[in-house]
Amino acid sequence: MSTNNEVRYLASHEWGRIDEEGILTVGISNHAQDLLGDIVFVELPDIGKELDAEEESAIVESVKAASDVYTPLSGEVIEINEKLFDEPEIVNNSPFEDGWFFKIKLHDSSAFEDLMTEDEYNASCEE
Amino acid sequence: MVDFHGWSMPINYGSQINEHNSVRENCGIFDVSHMTILDFKGDDAELFVRKLISNDIKKLTETYAGLYSAMVNEQGGVIDDLIAYKMETGYRLVVNCATRGEDLKWISKKSLDFKVEMIERDDLSMIAVQGPKSSDVLSECPAPIVRALESKKRQQGVYGNNMFATKTGYTGEIGFEVILPHEQAVNLWQNAVDAGAVPVGLGARDTLRLEAGMNLYGFEMDESITPFECNMSWTVDFSDADREFFGKKALENFLKDESYNELVGIMLDERTILRQGQKLWFNDNEDLNGIVTSGTYSPTLKKPIALARIPKMDLKSCFTEVRGKKVFAKIGPPKFIKEGKEIFKERL
Repeated sequence: MSTNNEVRYLASHEWGRIDEEGILTVGISNHAQDLLGDIVFVELPDIGKELDAEEESAIVESVKAASDVYTPLSGEVIEINEKLFDEPEIVNNSPFEDGWFFKIKLHDSSAFEDLMTEDEYNASCEE
Repeated sequence: MVDFHGWSMPINYGSQINEHNSVRENCGIFDVSHMTILDFKGDDAELFVRKLISNDIKKLTETYAGLYSAMVNEQGGVIDDLIAYKMETGYRLVVNCATRGEDLKWISKKSLDFKVEMIERDDLSMIAVQGPKSSDVLSECPAPIVRALESKKRQQGVYGNNMFATKTGYTGEIGFEVILPHEQAVNLWQNAVDAGAVPVGLGARDTLRLEAGMNLYGFEMDESITPFECNMSWTVDFSDADREFFGKKALENFLKDESYNELVGIMLDERTILRQGQKLWFNDNEDLNGIVTSGTYSPTLKKPIALARIPKMDLKSCFTEVRGKKVFAKIGPPKFIKEGKEIFKERL
C-alpha cells in the first residue's frame, strides 16, 4: 500500500505525515489545539536530536496549560518550524499545515503502520 | 461553556486573545450577572455597612457613587472584595459569586443586632462594557439614563428606569457597568453588540484584570490574607477613630509587625507562563521565598506576567524553576497596563 502523505495519530493528539523518503512531519491535532485554546509559546527540539518513539519532544503552552508533545515514531530531527516561536497562533489557525512542529528522518518507516488511523483517533477522542 | 459556581459561562466566544485585544483597542461586552448584588435598607443600614467593610462609605458624598473595599474577618483575613454604592435609600454591595455563600453567612450573623434588611437582588442582571470605544457604545445606548453616565467621573453612577449604571470595571480600561432587570439586559446587550461591542468570556476577563493588576478572590486573596498583603492597604480606612469595623483590631495589630508579605508584579522575558502556586526565590537562601498568585501570558505585552506574594523587603528580582531550568524575572508594582499602555515599572 502507498503511504505517501498519509496522516496517522497518537492517542495523545499528535499527528505524523509521512512522505516517500521516510520523513515524518509532526504536529498536534485540531482537537488538541481546540482543547488547549490560544497557544502562546512553543518549544521545539534541537535539529540533529535523536528521538525515541513516544518521547517528549516539544512543549506547547496555551493560556490554559503547558503540555508535552510526543513524537509518534523514533528518528532524527532534521527540521523545525521556527515560525512558531514568533507566531505560535499558527498552530491554532492551521494545525495540519502551517502549524507543523518538527520533521524527523524515521529509523523505521514500517512502524508508521502501527499508528492510529484517522478513524481510530477520532473514535478515541469521543470516548 | 463551564460551570462557574453554578453559572454556565463561556471561557471564550471564539479566541480569548482576540477578545482581550478588542477590550484594549476597541470595546468588549461581558455578561457578569453571576456577581452577587446585595441591597441594605433600614434605619441602621449606614451604621451596619460602616462596620461591615474596611473602607469608609462616609467618603461617598454623592448618591450612586461607589467605593472599592475589603470585607475582613475578626483575624483581619479577606472574606471578599466588593464595591459599595450609596443608593437613594441605603447601600448596595456588589460581591463575588465564588464567595456568595460565605458572605451571606457572615453578613447574616453580624447583622443580627442591627435594624437592617439585606435583600439579595437575583432579579437583576449585570452587563459590563469596557474599552476605549465604550463611550461610543454609551452614546448610542437607547436608554437616556445610561447616556447620562457620560458626564460622570470614575466610580460614579446614575439610576433611572430600573437601570443602575456606573463608571466601573475590571479591565483597566474606561468603561461602565449596568445593573438592570433580566429582560432589559437582553436589549442592552443586543444594542451594545450592534454598536460594535465584542462579547468577551471568562478567559479574557482574567487576562485583562491581571494586566490591570486587579485581584481575584481565591488567588490574590483569601481568608488567611490581610488587605495589606494583597495590594488593598488603601481600602483600609482607619481615619475615623470611632469607627469600629469588623477585623479592625486584628488589622491594627498586624501592622505592628514589620515583616509581612506584599503583592507584586512579575515580568519575564522567557517563553513560559508562571502558574498559581509556583515558588519564587531571590538568592541562595531557600527559606526566603514567595509564591505566584496568578500568572498568564499578557496578550498586550506579548510576554508572561504574574502577580506574586513575596516578603516585603524591597526585593529587586527573583527566579523560579521551569522544567528543571532556572528562569529569572523582574519585580515591580502589581500593575502592567492602564488604558492600553504599559505602566509596569521594574524595581532597580
